[in-house]
Amino acid sequence: MSKFEIVKPGSGNPKEPATPKNVPNRGGEANPSGIALKEQFSAAILRIDVVNGETNVLVETAKVLDIVRWLHDDATQSYEYLSDVTAVEHRDLSMPIEVVWHLRSIKYRRFLRIKTQLKKGTKLEVPSVWPVYKGADWLERECYDMFGITFAGHYDLRRILMWEQYKEGFPLRKDFPLRGRFSRSEQLRQALDANPEAKYSMEELSVADAFEELPLDMRARIASGEKTGE
Amino acid sequence: MGLTSIPHSASPENASSGPEIISIEPKGGDGWVTTRLDFLVNWGRSNSLWPMPFGTACCAIEFMATAASKFDLARFGMERMSFSPRQADVLICAGRVPFKLAPIIRRIWQQMPQPKWAISMGACASTGGMFDNYAVVQGIDTIIPVDVYVPGCPPRPEGLIYGIMMLQKKIMTERMSNKSIRDEMEPDPSSKLYIPASRIDEISEPFGNSVHQTRSAP
Amino acid sequence: MATKRTIEVELSTSGLTRDGKPQRVPLVTGGDTGVALAEPPSLELDGEHMLINIGPQHPATHGVLRLVLELDGETVVRCIPHVGYLHCGFEKIGEYRQYNQIIPWTDREDYLNSIGNNVAFALGAERLFGIEITERCKVLRVIAMELSRIASHLVWLGTTCIDIGAFTPFLWSFQERENIYNLLEGWVGARLTTSATRVGGMAADIPDKWLEGLRGFVSTFPKTIYEVDRMLTKNAIWVGRTIGLGVMSPDEALNYGLSGPMLRASGVAYDVRKDFPYLDYETYDFDVPVGTNGDVYDRFLVRVEELRQSVRILEQCIKRLPDGPVNVDDPRVILPPKHKATSEMESMIHHFKNVMEGPRPPVGECYVAVESPKGEKGYYFVSDGTSKPARWRIRPPSFVNLSAIPKMVEGHLLSDVIAINASIDIVMGEIDR
Ligand code: SF4
Repeated sequence: MSKFEIVKPGSGNPKEPATPKNVPNRGGEANPSGIALKEQFSAAILRIDVVNGETNVLVETAKVLDIVRWLHDDATQSYEYLSDVTAVEHRDLSMPIEVVWHLRSIKYRRFLRIKTQLKKGTKLEVPSVWPVYKGADWLERECYDMFGITFAGHYDLRRILMWEQYKEGFPLRKDFPLRGRFSRSEQLRQALDANPEAKYSMEELSVADAFEELPLDMRARIASGEKTGE
Repeated sequence: MGLTSIPHSASPENASSGPEIISIEPKGGDGWVTTRLDFLVNWGRSNSLWPMPFGTACCAIEFMATAASKFDLARFGMERMSFSPRQADVLICAGRVPFKLAPIIRRIWQQMPQPKWAISMGACASTGGMFDNYAVVQGIDTIIPVDVYVPGCPPRPEGLIYGIMMLQKKIMTERMSNKSIRDEMEPDPSSKLYIPASRIDEISEPFGNSVHQTRSAP
Repeated sequence: MATKRTIEVELSTSGLTRDGKPQRVPLVTGGDTGVALAEPPSLELDGEHMLINIGPQHPATHGVLRLVLELDGETVVRCIPHVGYLHCGFEKIGEYRQYNQIIPWTDREDYLNSIGNNVAFALGAERLFGIEITERCKVLRVIAMELSRIASHLVWLGTTCIDIGAFTPFLWSFQERENIYNLLEGWVGARLTTSATRVGGMAADIPDKWLEGLRGFVSTFPKTIYEVDRMLTKNAIWVGRTIGLGVMSPDEALNYGLSGPMLRASGVAYDVRKDFPYLDYETYDFDVPVGTNGDVYDRFLVRVEELRQSVRILEQCIKRLPDGPVNVDDPRVILPPKHKATSEMESMIHHFKNVMEGPRPPVGECYVAVESPKGEKGYYFVSDGTSKPARWRIRPPSFVNLSAIPKMVEGHLLSDVIAINASIDIVMGEIDR
């Protein structure tokens, strides 16, 4: 079957991988993709530095999707694997929130960290990389759930870990207290209030546009507010 | 006569005084047995508990180890895991219960028919354990009534077995004449809580070291 | 669809031949030997779609996963997973604890692989502190990681077999897990929640004669693998229930961010141990099994082969374990010996400072990934120079793997959903954190 050609990592990088030793805190060998990015997107690349052996590229928020798409598609970069999407808020509340993408190139055995900064007080919004990497789907939803950062272009940005009616805010923000904002009894009351069956209905499926494909009578029943499936 | 092998000490009262709980007539022959209905029913119940494993986290792995070959929970009449709450006697909550799971464990408890008991396995289920944060219920006894708490993080299989034996002992002391123990607890319709809110806040208070560990820096 | 693929199967209830050997009775279909795949049922049937809710409390969801399925007859049209029922705020708690204090949390996050997580966390923290661990510690950590890979795959094997309808391998695998528990208990004192590492070393060196125990395990464990292999690999029922399900092509698998056995079963030979090595894995001799079809059956084969490879690595570890100290000689992170702490003033102050204030890494960040049994497990630290991380992020492999389940179950039967879900090897503690 032609579809299943075994992908061998490192085909573009003859160097044998080895455990990194004595990695300096600052500086060191940089990932060549940083330079390539600078050439390709000169103005959108704000800073490139090497921290603990990993190359950080700080980019302009609006350009994230273009940059990531280029890294994914370009044959000399070939970052086909998205490890992680997450955000960082610093304890110093005046510092901007950072959104971080960890990319891997399986072909060249490279690791790259893309970062962008979001000023507090503005709308926390970054482009979604979901159109490039399907794996970003839940990672971005989680980031939204925990930090309240919206990913423009994500098809279904809902809370994922907390329940949808969760009222206390975004737990991983630094202004969120460790034990939550409400008293324990209030938290429990709200949790028990969340109807577990509420998400077990055709309405929810319509999130993914099932509605149009449903039989007419079922659509009528849903439109009338009748609960299905109970 | 199978029943003669029941240890009499299984019932706490007969140790002190009172008539024999089991007597066999005529002595030494295949006659009849007289006993107390309470005793017989409790004996039957306690030795054929059908557990409903509500396993969420690490404790569930130890629960599985308890049920597997080495520790063999079947020796205690519990080999029949009942994954449907409607056919279960004892809810074993093994693992942490976050708030998102609270309505579900409540629902499962309500679906179980009487007589029913609950075992809270592990520090998290009993008190919230090391997760004193925004997400985790500080003890499932704020949601459902619990009969036996098994401490440990996770409890060793021996610990769980000991907890189960304690539950069996507890069942042996139940009296049919006491109707109230079989009453369903109805939550307060407005707050959905069984126990008063102030009490929940009180038992969820941080204690010990965790009081001092609320600073995120330095 | 892999319709042409055939696997020679043995009927599980084989009779004996005349010379007393088990008889092989291949299933014959259309002149071909092997199990024929049923055509996927057509989606053309008219009628109402039905909604089925599986979980959060369900024996086959391996924890508290919830799947809402839209069914057409018995065929899955759409699957919507719900996670978060075990969200316990690990990452938030990490910001309130010192580095060494976080290690007990790493046990409980992917609790099938607890000692492996300890190692991964320590590796990340050491990168941040700029510490190079000792040679003995490296080998001990490799032993820890491979033991925990075996332990985790064993739980996967047992629970998957139960899901698909075989009970015996569950008992076998938990029997072997008890052996691993015994080893771990002898080493760190705990069966499951090990907390075995510290920044810069291990909580304890292995006790005397411990290696004997490990040697015993390494020599007896392959027998269990062999038994599992004999029972399942050519079992007609097993093959019939797993083959051709949940197929992911290499490109899809990469794009969905799958990792670990899931990715390798799809034909991508990406293994963090080989491609971004840590703990000198490049000096060990082991193979990375790769599947060629990307279905549930291949994932099973890959995992069983990984068990064998882990045993190989363990054998090499036993041979090369060097003598020497376990902990680095770095007063920033390592406590003074107990007898000094109780007799010398300086050591006592040092001990007090290290425990109460905690070691402080320089400002910086790092992402350290290891090959956990589930896939690429990464810990991302951001340090702002204080003794507690400003951000501690867990890159959960099974979270990302699970996010592909709607794609994988589409068009399969309801009963196949269970097999596919089992093949992902999810552990909710890690998915929801
Ligand atoms: S008590 Fe410990 S082992 Fe049990 S669920 Fe909680 S953290 Fe896990």
